[in-house]
Amino acid sequence: MNDGVLAPVPCAIEIRGLTKSFGEHHALRGIDLQVSKGECLVIFGPNGAGKTTLVKIMSTLVKPSSGGVWLDGMHIRDKPAQIRRKISLVSHETFLYDDLTVYENLKFYGKMYDVADLEQKIHDVISWVQLESRRYDRIGTLSRGQQQRVSIARGVLHNPSILFLDEPEVGLDPHASTVIRDMLGGLNTGGRTVVMTTHNLERGLELGDRIIILDRGRIVYQAAKHKIDKANFQQVYDQYTGTGM
Amino acid sequence: MNKSFVKVLTVFRKDILAELRTREIVVSVLVFALLVLVIFSFAFDMGAGMGETVAPGILWVALTFGGVIGFNRIFAMEKENSRLEGLMLCPVDRAVIYWGKLAGSFTFMLAVAVIITPVFLVLFNLPLLLPRLALVIVLTVIGFAAVGTLFSALAINTRARDIMLPILFLPIVVPVIVAAVKATAPVLAGAPWADMLTWLQVIIAFDIIYLVVATLVFEFVIEE
Amino acid sequence: MNIKRSLRNNGLLELGFVLMIAALYMVFLYVPTEKHTGIVQRIFYFHVPVAWVSFLAFFVTFIFSILYLSKREMKWDAIACASAEAGVIFTTLVLITGPIWGKPVWGIWWTWDARLTTSLVLWLIYVAYLLVRGFATEPARGARFSAVVGIVGFIDVPLVFLTVNLWRTQHPTTIIFEGGLTTPMLVTLLVCIAAFTVLYVLLTIQSANLKSLDTALKRLKSMHTG
Repeated sequence: MNDGVLAPVPCAIEIRGLTKSFGEHHALRGIDLQVSKGECLVIFGPNGAGKTTLVKIMSTLVKPSSGGVWLDGMHIRDKPAQIRRKISLVSHETFLYDDLTVYENLKFYGKMYDVADLEQKIHDVISWVQLESRRYDRIGTLSRGQQQRVSIARGVLHNPSILFLDEPEVGLDPHASTVIRDMLGGLNTGGRTVVMTTHNLERGLELGDRIIILDRGRIVYQAAKHKIDKANFQQVYDQYTGTGM
Repeated sequence: MNKSFVKVLTVFRKDILAELRTREIVVSVLVFALLVLVIFSFAFDMGAGMGETVAPGILWVALTFGGVIGFNRIFAMEKENSRLEGLMLCPVDRAVIYWGKLAGSFTFMLAVAVIITPVFLVLFNLPLLLPRLALVIVLTVIGFAAVGTLFSALAINTRARDIMLPILFLPIVVPVIVAAVKATAPVLAGAPWADMLTWLQVIIAFDIIYLVVATLVFEFVIEE
Repeated sequence: MNIKRSLRNNGLLELGFVLMIAALYMVFLYVPTEKHTGIVQRIFYFHVPVAWVSFLAFFVTFIFSILYLSKREMKWDAIACASAEAGVIFTTLVLITGPIWGKPVWGIWWTWDARLTTSLVLWLIYVAYLLVRGFATEPARGARFSAVVGIVGFIDVPLVFLTVNLWRTQHPTTIIFEGGLTTPMLVTLLVCIAAFTVLYVLLTIQSANLKSLDTALKRLKSMHTG
């Protein structure tokens, strides 16, 4: 169901009254959220809080049960192809084809997104993720951390204005995790809006302009970064989610 | 729309490329179809001179059950690494995804048929050069692929994905199996065109109807 | 829920009751025994209506599947599913009464004629419809997938019939009756068709209501505990 009303303020993302149920399981119970252009929003929350569901709805993979979602002023139901051109999702699953090379994977997605100057762009992103030497290697031969870097490359290949990251550092060893972290920092540039979910409080606080905590399908806490006491945030988190992590 | 056509080809090329590297679909379907051929030949005691009567049926049973194995893989391969989500994120009509995967599944099935049919003809001591048989096979594989690709996408999203595909696929393709067998018999017997014309028309009608229906209905299968 | 809740209000239950009594009377007492095949022929008065209903039920499933996919309201899915469940029961009856009638009359249990074969394939499609719901990971998916099966399957039924018919015209067909239907036979048949149709409608509405209530109950429960 959609409100039928255009978002009044041109934010990058506007969500009103969003709910989502899977049968009897209520994953999201009423979310209202606004994300400004160029902002980096970080979403914390325990397992089952609804973080992945929220990101999947925002990235058009899943439809809401009720409520409205607008991306760049457009309702997600209205012009799906146009919206999808401008957004991207990087998740802990890579969306890559193991038997194809890095280059072939990027070429495939580049063509699906009608990326102009594709060869040049592929070259650029591969350099940015520092995998020039593995360009013609099959994804299956890369380490998990390297695969995730290719996935990020895939994510930014078409230069999306909104980038969603769903626990991108999950399953990575510490070294790979650090490499990814440095890259994540570079994603929120050029006016690109970033929404990231993560379990890692420290990293999230480093990267985010604004933090929200999701618990059992609701936003239980919101704050801008400069208002947060990083040292004590763990306590704040535990308090609002009523759980230890 | 030119753009859509290019994207259909892009999806198709991706599948062909992956299959050329691993050959997993074609080889598994081929081996299975061959086994079916052989088992059915034993089951029908091929020495007893019934060859011509049951031969068309045996060929199509082998291709049908091989198809069931193959179509399962078409979308099952997109479940790994959540590739299907990657596809859904792309700014394409859902029908483009269907046609891209359809092109792939048609090609793989045809490849299997091209290899299996000469084996079949040899086993049954039939002439090898049968262009009319090629026509029947191509037309029928189109119908198989139209239905199989659709139900493959459906079956992988259920809890019993391997069982679900044959249960959905087989009843629906009954008309085209009957028509294929009836069109094959005259070819093997060297009978005139007229004997198979009606059956070819049935297969073509089935193909057109299901290509249209599947195109319309695919987005409901793949999108919530 | 817009589905009629109380059947007592619109007299359908009474009508069904009356029709069924009338049908039973007519089949067993009123209509004379058929000359050629004897008492067994009375099964015809059950076989034909039940076959008619089995196809009607699938048509209903087809229509409501389309409705569900366009409107996505669970009540349409409830009717589609209820109709499919009724349909599979009626189709099973077709497949049972057919051979029971056939064996004493023609000496064979089964013939691959167009009607019986189509009923068999229809049964398989119904089963596929219900299995998809059973194997779905959540109810909304089950509804969506089975709606697709309902649509694709329905289109298949005439194709099966035509193809098998074409196939069978190359073989001798079994003749149902010599001579046509006399007036008492025709009237009996029509009453039976009416009786079974009303029975089907009653079953489907009841079943659909139950499903809607069940969905509503589950929703209330989960909102309360959530």
